[in-house]
Amino acid sequence: MDLQIALLLAQDGVVSGAIYALLALALVLVFAVTRVVFIPQGEFVAYGALTLASFQMGKIPGTLWLLLALAFVILLVDGPAAWRQGGRGFLLFLAQVVLYPALMAAAVLLGQPHAWPLWAQSLLALALVAPLGPQLYRLVFQPVAEASVLMLLIVAVALHLALVGLGLVFFGAEGSRTPPFSEASWEVGSLVVSGQSLWVLGASAGLIVALYLFFEKTLYGKALRATAMNRIGARLMGISTTFAGKIAFLFAAVIGGASGILIAPITTIYYDTGFLIGLKGFVGAIVGGLASYPVAAAGALLVGLLESFSSFWASAYKEVLVFTLIIPVLLWRSWQSHQVEEEE
Amino acid sequence: MSEALLEVSDLSVAYGQIEAVHHVSLRVLPGQIVTVIGPNGAGKTTLLSAIIGLLPCKGGMVRYAGEAYARVTLEKMVAAGMVLVPEKRELFAEMSVLDNLLLGAFMRRRLGFRDERQTLATVFALFPRLKERAQQRAGTLSGGERQMLAIGRALMARPRLLMLDEPSLGLAPLIVREIFRILADLAAEGVAILLVEQNARAALQLADYGYVLETGEIALSGRADELSEDARVAESYLGQAAGCPVA
Ligand SMILES: Nc1ncnc2c1ncn2[C@@H]1O[C@H](COP(=O)(O)OP(=O)(O)O)[C@@H](O)[C@H]1O
Ligand SMILES: [Mg+2]
Repeated sequence: MDLQIALLLAQDGVVSGAIYALLALALVLVFAVTRVVFIPQGEFVAYGALTLASFQMGKIPGTLWLLLALAFVILLVDGPAAWRQGGRGFLLFLAQVVLYPALMAAAVLLGQPHAWPLWAQSLLALALVAPLGPQLYRLVFQPVAEASVLMLLIVAVALHLALVGLGLVFFGAEGSRTPPFSEASWEVGSLVVSGQSLWVLGASAGLIVALYLFFEKTLYGKALRATAMNRIGARLMGISTTFAGKIAFLFAAVIGGASGILIAPITTIYYDTGFLIGLKGFVGAIVGGLASYPVAAAGALLVGLLESFSSFWASAYKEVLVFTLIIPVLLWRSWQSHQVEEEE
Repeated sequence: MSEALLEVSDLSVAYGQIEAVHHVSLRVLPGQIVTVIGPNGAGKTTLLSAIIGLLPCKGGMVRYAGEAYARVTLEKMVAAGMVLVPEKRELFAEMSVLDNLLLGAFMRRRLGFRDERQTLATVFALFPRLKERAQQRAGTLSGGERQMLAIGRALMARPRLLMLDEPSLGLAPLIVREIFRILADLAAEGVAILLVEQNARAALQLADYGYVLETGEIALSGRADELSEDARVAESYLGQAAGCPVA
């Protein structure tokens, strides 16, 4: 292997590593706030990519039907209580379960997204995937919010299987690839840097900075961190655990959907590809003990590099090598401390 | 007699099958300091937790600020100005002192108030130590400073009813005296205070009214000055407190 190939592999590794880092951050966030090991994180990736691909092919993505169905169930479940509460809360509730879904339906069914420019299609795809996070939290995890970590994990696995099954129904078994955001490429020395790689890196960095600012500078961001740090303390301040959970899941869906849209031009995405991608983010998150954001991001970057280089040396074993990484890490972590302790 | 801000009637609380608080009734008037004293394990923490909605009530009723609740929800109570300084403080250890305080005003912000900077100034005036350490992580504070932060954070919500669970626990007598002086000032401004203490002597000196909780039941109640003179209280709580000071 010469330097040129090494640089090429490193570029590949950093690009996929950036995506894994985003997913790792989402996993850490969701776990810290809700104690859910969020296995279906990768499904948001697949849904984001495949929703965008549907627009390009002039099809109506099943994501829309899922969004409408979940909104309808929430309307039935929470509608009566919201009505009794009345006032601004009721209007906000209606905006979420009636107005927003109606707007989305109008955009998809009447707006002819097929003819839209790529960036607008991408935003619409993201707008369809994002609400799935809080909706799924409300219907699947909120009712069992006080259950043990193991129980929540089992629920997460069940949800993962359900979403993969729905993905097959919605998008079919064929894979999709979308056109790149940018056709440009630059030669830097002997290395060719593609515009799409820069898009991925730039967007990931932008998202990470935005998340950082949200958590460090805004009251709601601090409230979410407070919930992760001390649930009882946060509740005593009037920070609702449910509210924090919904926000964490909203981020998970936005990050997942955005990751899918970003990598769809680089990798062919199938309805079940999300799981493997999410799992690599998960390896990164585990390196960070599901607790440290910077370590999780660094771990995910490492996974990306490892994957890229092992695809060169032993491409048949690339997944094996990546997931074998988790074993020494787990051993090291469990030997070092018991950080991810079960809360009582 | 003026209207009670908090009226608990016939409240029972259980952990699973085991009932820890049985048929407790008590009242707190606006601007009044009421104390609940009693030995370790009597159910004081359980009582406060149930009043604010951290634990479900098994039976009984809580009336607060003119509304009756058969099922108390924590969020509603906090929105209505009830604040608890818990026994374990429950601070946000990895955050700065300032952020801890600002989060104390979270509910007020949600309700549309934008006065947290003014409130912060009054809290800093009460606890100058917190101002000095505003940028420090809460986890690095000493025990006394932590209790000040827990109380300061509670005050950021501008409570109508401030409930404190053993604020003197583990603190030096000097700091306890300072904290109790601040509580007296708050009550003079109209804040109602429900103070749970094992340090019965100090609590009865400060309070207007007192209840003695023993194995989950109110064993005795009365004006604080009368309770201090009660033979049973003197023997069980004050004598003990003198023999082995809680602080
Ligand atoms: N989480 C819990 N689960 C079961 N029993 C509890 C729990 N917390 C407290 N208890 C029991 O309830 C009783 C009252 O406890 P507590 O309210 O903490 O008393 P105090 O605050 O007066 O020391 C004790 O017998 C204690 O063992
Ligand atoms: Mg206690």
